[in-house]
Amino acid sequence: MSSGPALLVQTQQGTTGGGPGQDSRGGPARHVVTRRGLLRLISPVAVVLLWQGVTALGIVSQQKLPPPSEVWSTAVSLITTDSAAYGTLQGAMLISLERVAIGFGLGAAVALSLALIAGLSRIGENAVDPLMQMLRTVPLFGLIPVFIVWFGIGNLPKILMIALAAAFPLYLNTFSGIRNVDAKLAELGEVLHLRRRELIRQIVLPGALPQILVGLRQSLSFAWVALVVAEQINANAGLGYMIDQAAQFLRNDVIFVALIVYLILGLLTDALVRLLERKALSWRRGFLEQ
Amino acid sequence: MAPRVPGAVTADYGDGHAARHDDRAYSAEATGTPTVRIRDLRRSFGERRVLDGLDLDIASGEFVALIGRSGSGKSTLLRALAGLDRDTAGEVSVEGTVAVAFQEPRLVPWKRVLANICLGLRVADPAAAARTALAEVGLTERADAWPLTLSGGEAQRASLARALVREPRLLLLDEPFSALDALTTITMHRLVVRLWAHHQPSVLLVTHDVDEALTLADRVLVLANGRIGYSCRIDVPRPRDRNQSQLAGLRTRLLAELGVDTEGTR
Repeated sequence: MSSGPALLVQTQQGTTGGGPGQDSRGGPARHVVTRRGLLRLISPVAVVLLWQGVTALGIVSQQKLPPPSEVWSTAVSLITTDSAAYGTLQGAMLISLERVAIGFGLGAAVALSLALIAGLSRIGENAVDPLMQMLRTVPLFGLIPVFIVWFGIGNLPKILMIALAAAFPLYLNTFSGIRNVDAKLAELGEVLHLRRRELIRQIVLPGALPQILVGLRQSLSFAWVALVVAEQINANAGLGYMIDQAAQFLRNDVIFVALIVYLILGLLTDALVRLLERKALSWRRGFLEQ
Repeated sequence: MAPRVPGAVTADYGDGHAARHDDRAYSAEATGTPTVRIRDLRRSFGERRVLDGLDLDIASGEFVALIGRSGSGKSTLLRALAGLDRDTAGEVSVEGTVAVAFQEPRLVPWKRVLANICLGLRVADPAAAARTALAEVGLTERADAWPLTLSGGEAQRASLARALVREPRLLLLDEPFSALDALTTITMHRLVVRLWAHHQPSVLLVTHDVDEALTLADRVLVLANGRIGYSCRIDVPRPRDRNQSQLAGLRTRLLAELGVDTEGTR
């Protein structure tokens, strides 16, 4: 249960750390055909080969660590056959995707609204920010039993859990992004007699956008982690349920397939935000020089 | 935003930004009303009195340079005139529109050059006005560039265009050339004089460079102890050269006013 999400978070936060501006290192999603992209593929491929090697040679038991070839054939059979225990892989994936999409959408909408209220006025800040700062320290997964009591064991508590996980990073980044907009540009707006609405739309929000996008990436990765956790409790469908079932049948190969699907989905959503970043932040030096 | 009418528009920043419209038929020049009128301007930061009873008039179309040691309150005075400082006491009135070019060009980085010029511009066709302004500063071909791709000189020219397109009666220049290299600065000086001659705004140039003040201004003021400590008129025709003999005496005097001894080690 822990290796999947941990891996996912590491991958995503690793690329988030540099910030969108300095992020000129590129990634597999961006430079698939470039020389640098090929170079970056070397180490992952080497790890897969090593993994295949140690398991095929029996250095590590195949029961504990199924070789990549077996994971691959398990994936193929999970896709092609609708088993009673697991359903199909694509079916589980769609259910998980739907939960993340709804939960993330809900959390992001609430977070952005609250951050705008808190960021754009002192009264809003006093009303919203203390609550958010308090709530964000509540251990999210400690809320699971409470959520089950409140919302039952259906889809609702899972979606709310994801929404909550996604909301905090986006709120915090959007709020601080708004507040850290260059004061000199705000002053310029004053000198140019911009109306408040113009100031917000032309100076404040675009100025906060880089950090909003950082928040978006963080909150997406948090949403995936919350999904994994939420789905392993009282679920009857989805990737987490598949992992839960496989654990009972001691099917490590199935668990690996599900984890890899999580990883791919996480990377894909991250790549999507990065694409958005490139579109929206094309004025930034890091992008201009490419 | 103050309308561009010949009648007087007074913005009194001293008492909480009250703007008084005065629709007299005659123009400010006809009555000899100065563009800027400052009386007993005071501003303290904590215990320190940076501006202390400062009086200043700037005539319509006059080019004034303000020099002073660092921390003497040059920028404080400029900010008061720009309406950026609400904590001043005394009377500050400015006739008509004020525009500012800052030390750092302050172009909005996520807006292309043309959009920067258009920002907050309330005329019938902002883009056309902005293109005209860009042509005047020789930046036509950079209209669609991102600000971060401009050189220092180009960015400062864009900033000037953004100020001029507002057709200001008062143009405030806050050390706009201090970060530029020597060659670019000479080009910019010529450009500013040309633009000033063409548009005839009153100009207040804040600078720490005595030679720059001598090259550009009709009148040079030295700010010391919170007020205008010294004021001199420069009647040398433009274009001027900083090495001109007529300016040498003035330079010595201005440097002395600034507390620099030119006879000694310097």
